[in-house]
Amino acid sequence: MKAPVSWIREYVDLPAEVTTEALTDKLTLLGLKLEAIESPGAAITGPLVVGRVLTQDKEPQKNGKTINWCTVDVGDANGTGEPQGIVCGAHNFGPGDLVCVVLPGGVLPGGFAISARKTYGHVSAGMICSAAELGLPEDAFGGAGGIIVLPADTALQPGSDVRPLLGLDEEIIEFEVNPDRAYGLSLRGIARDAALGFSAPFSDPCDRVLPAADDAGHPVVVEDEAGCPVFVARTVAGFDPTAETPDWMASRLTAAGMRPISLAVDVTNYVMLETGRPIHGYDAEKVAGALRVRRATVGEKLTTLDGTARVLSEQDLVIADDSGPIGLAGVMGGETTEMSASTTRVLVESAHWEPVSMFRTGKRHKISSEAGKRNERGADPASCEAAADRVVELLCELGGATAEPGVTVVGSVPAPSAITIAADLPQRVAGLPIDTATAVAALEGVGCTVTLVAEVGEDGVPTNRLVAVPPTWRPDVTDPFDLVEEVLRVVGYDQVPSVLPREAAGRGLTRSQRLRRRVGRTLAGAGLSEVVCFPFVGQAAFDKLGLEADDPRRSTVRLANPLSNEEPEYTTTLLPNLLGTAARNVARGAAGAAVFETATVAIPREGAGPAPIYPTHTRPTEAEVEQLFAALPAQPLHLGVVLAGERERAGWWGEGRAADWADAIAVARRLATELGVDLEVVASVRQPWHPGRCAALRVGGRTLGHAGELHPRVVKAFDLPARAAALELDLDALMAAAPERAVPPTLSTYPVAKEDVALVVAEDVPAAQVEAALREGAGELLESIRLFDVYRSEQLGSDRKSLAFALRLRAGDRTLTDDEVKGARDGAVALAAERCGATQR
Amino acid sequence: MSGPNTEYDPVEVTPLQAEEVEAARDAALAAIAGASDLEALKQVRLDHAGDRSPLALANREIGALPPQARKEAGQRVGQARGAVNKALAARTEVLEAEHEERMLIEETVDVTLPTDRVPTGGRHPLTTGAELIADIFVSMGWEIAEGPLIEAEWLNFDALNLGPDHPARTMQDTFWTEPAENHVVLRTQTSPVQARTMLTRKPPIYVACPGRVFRTDEYDATHSPMFHQVEGLVVDEGISMAHLKGTLDHFAARMFGEGIDTRFRPSYFPFTEPSAEVDLRCFVCRGVDSDACRTCRGEGWIEWGGCGVVNPRVLVACGVDPETYTGFAFGMGIDRSLMFRHGITDLRSFFEGDVRFTPAFGTEL
Ligand SMILES: [Zn+2]
Repeated sequence: MKAPVSWIREYVDLPAEVTTEALTDKLTLLGLKLEAIESPGAAITGPLVVGRVLTQDKEPQKNGKTINWCTVDVGDANGTGEPQGIVCGAHNFGPGDLVCVVLPGGVLPGGFAISARKTYGHVSAGMICSAAELGLPEDAFGGAGGIIVLPADTALQPGSDVRPLLGLDEEIIEFEVNPDRAYGLSLRGIARDAALGFSAPFSDPCDRVLPAADDAGHPVVVEDEAGCPVFVARTVAGFDPTAETPDWMASRLTAAGMRPISLAVDVTNYVMLETGRPIHGYDAEKVAGALRVRRATVGEKLTTLDGTARVLSEQDLVIADDSGPIGLAGVMGGETTEMSASTTRVLVESAHWEPVSMFRTGKRHKISSEAGKRNERGADPASCEAAADRVVELLCELGGATAEPGVTVVGSVPAPSAITIAADLPQRVAGLPIDTATAVAALEGVGCTVTLVAEVGEDGVPTNRLVAVPPTWRPDVTDPFDLVEEVLRVVGYDQVPSVLPREAAGRGLTRSQRLRRRVGRTLAGAGLSEVVCFPFVGQAAFDKLGLEADDPRRSTVRLANPLSNEEPEYTTTLLPNLLGTAARNVARGAAGAAVFETATVAIPREGAGPAPIYPTHTRPTEAEVEQLFAALPAQPLHLGVVLAGERERAGWWGEGRAADWADAIAVARRLATELGVDLEVVASVRQPWHPGRCAALRVGGRTLGHAGELHPRVVKAFDLPARAAALELDLDALMAAAPERAVPPTLSTYPVAKEDVALVVAEDVPAAQVEAALREGAGELLESIRLFDVYRSEQLGSDRKSLAFALRLRAGDRTLTDDEVKGARDGAVALAAERCGATQR
Repeated sequence: MSGPNTEYDPVEVTPLQAEEVEAARDAALAAIAGASDLEALKQVRLDHAGDRSPLALANREIGALPPQARKEAGQRVGQARGAVNKALAARTEVLEAEHEERMLIEETVDVTLPTDRVPTGGRHPLTTGAELIADIFVSMGWEIAEGPLIEAEWLNFDALNLGPDHPARTMQDTFWTEPAENHVVLRTQTSPVQARTMLTRKPPIYVACPGRVFRTDEYDATHSPMFHQVEGLVVDEGISMAHLKGTLDHFAARMFGEGIDTRFRPSYFPFTEPSAEVDLRCFVCRGVDSDACRTCRGEGWIEWGGCGVVNPRVLVACGVDPETYTGFAFGMGIDRSLMFRHGITDLRSFFEGDVRFTPAFGTEL
């Protein structure tokens, strides 16, 4: 909402010394937040003064143009008092006219600096301005096609600042109006708060002597009283459709952000801004019979003022005449009864509409109009008659119309409900001493009618209650706590003291929260950068991953209103966007990207029902709450890792190294170790990984994720460096597998026995399998085992490999004898031979 | 190797004569002094203190002397050997020191060489920032509550006094999941965690909820369809707006520096009443000579978030007795807070995943 300061001051008698800044500070503290202060003349600096044209010599030029060589009286503004010589190309003025002169040193909008300069054989010392040159609408002040000629009766003397006359010194305040403060969408409401803030006198533009309602006006039938509690109709005749909107009104409308259209329309808009009450004007000659307020019937059609043909719903409230719907009530008028350049009789509608209906209709038809904005927030129902009367007055005054007899008023202003609070509620909620008198004064200040009820409770303690009836312009005030806010608004939010609540006995971070921090630190410590990606994907991303048509990861939670039609789904896997992120880094010149993300994905739940909408006047039952939770997709926390390109840098130490399958699996192993989880790495085939270089990551027999090198086609599809590797796992599940209590080993100080064994096995026997056999075969004397070499040779044969393991054997209570060591070693080798066909090399 | 020579006349044993012993000793001492390095000294040790050195050989002859002569000869040889060993030890020490000094010089490297073999990793500032915030509240005895990003409409809106026709719903452009009649949304705020918390536990409740939220905002330097908020909720007996102010002042000081406090302005949120916008005192200019301050653009204050006293309607919908309990709630953007905390001008920096971004936050957050 934009409001010129002079307009605000029309209704509140603020002391002259109250600056615009002081005004906005106060209004901000009252809840009308300052967004910006602008001034139409802000871009003009230097002397811009009234000038009287003394002489005007028309001088034809070689180029066919005629210029005017003028002398202009600019008073003392030029420092000499002598007439100012100015060349002007416009012709809509003559000697004796008052014009706007910008003198040398002045700067016009667009940074156009004025100086004395030689032109057409004269020294032109200044410029006679047009409206456009001053940043005003081109036709403002009758200036269309020429310079501004000020009215002859202007009180200003040559040489005086012309800005006030043109409204260029006006300051326009833009407010951010919260949806509960409908009154803030009117000058009336803003001025009322200003009056409250400065304890200044307020003159209510709706406080008018109104003609009595009668039956002589245009007939109106309200069939839906709940939807339309008050309907006021007035008519004027003899309106001059050629009458122009006066400059003062046009500039105020412009300042408020509305475009002047025609006098009749401008008057309705002006009164809406003034009172907050949306008004609709009909060409009375085009209305057939009584106005009828009713719900539309299904399929009824209406072409609204914006030219859109709309199909109505039975929930839309319409105004109909004998021809059918002629307006979408409170939201937008219809085309057939629109006022035009030939309208001479105007039917003025000023009605109060039920806000929810307005909101729904606006939403259904996607109409956001100034009228709708006010009606859906709730305008003051008591303002209907006054606003209509004000429109009639202006149409008569400015458009030469005559008010027709007859004032139609249907319905009555609904009485706001009284709200009762304990007198000390404001002080308890605010945590600030507010005595009863202060609370009462504050509530009365905002327009409530307050009754103080003193009672003595059963315990003999006197308790005061306040019964407050909110004013009609505050439909948002309905609850006890609304009254508290009103009191606090007046007392001042800045008065609330700063007090820490008591110490809470919290249980610290949850286990999952602690482990997640651990995971993040581990991965960062491994040289990975954490990234945050959007969760949106499209099927094309799954195609790039090479997922089969029936891959479960393709079935997603879909968005009804995605930002992009390319990515209308909530992802089931972190990989697509993570791979894109890695590729972006490489595209930006990084030699490699090692990135990770932890985020939830969404897995649709088979057969999940809708999430019910429960009433809110009571808590849903446990079963109902469960039903809400069960309606949501599963949202496990995933970890995604992509390792692409340089993993170790080249340097003076030697060669660098690109990331490969082993790096991805190493990350998984490192994480498992950090969490104390026994991770089993098993060869697996799964997109988007290389079928020969993909591992399933298993814990307790359950696959929690996969890691390895990406399929070459995927690498290519995402434009990644060759051999890029990735990991994705269910982090929730991995963390859940972490032991709750660590069991540390007993540390033996007896000597260790080291035994190396080299075993030849078939190429397709996994090392992990051989290791497991050795481990089991060695028995409990085995302290650790580690594969330290893989060897292939012609001698072994192309389908064989030799695996060398280092075994460390130790007992907790004695030094092992040679026999014991040999026994353990032989047992290990024997089991490896039995299980894996291993032979000693 | 031979045993002691018992056949000679003791007087005839030349090596044991005083001059001989002295000469051997002096030769040894001279050789020791002349050894220029440990290698040379090793040879000197062999030659003059080894098994075949003159003094060792002389020592072996002592046994062949008549008992009465042994003592004197033994003393003589023993003193000589002692002097040689002592000189050896001293020389060794000197040469070892010299050697070490030389070695340390020779092994000098250029410590300014790069050592960045494995690129540095880093955690995302949104993660560490959320942890910083969590730690501030946990240290006050609060707990950190969480909820799903895909949420029931009722929890995201209705339970928070945002009925289906509430004008405030248009302020939040919601992502709906298909089919819309299933009433499941991407949460537009962390506030549904408030509702979940009240539905699943009894007061007193002191929780903070940092998390990810979604709105249908086009992606640009200051808007993103996904961003992060932290929500706070307290429900207890006797809670007032003053406690809210106290908590936010504390939070502000912990996150932005001692002396940074907050200011309340009336505002509107359906889930709180009274509601306030909370401004943060500019931590750069602290409101002094703000005009030139780029952080607060001359305001002296920075818009930080929204807050208020929990609307009793919300308490009722979530099963908390509004006669017994009052509460307060607040919410602010984490991304936004970090943007002005670190002077980040483009919101997209958080979501582009550029590996050059995160390391800058290293240990600070
Ligand atoms: Zn500042």
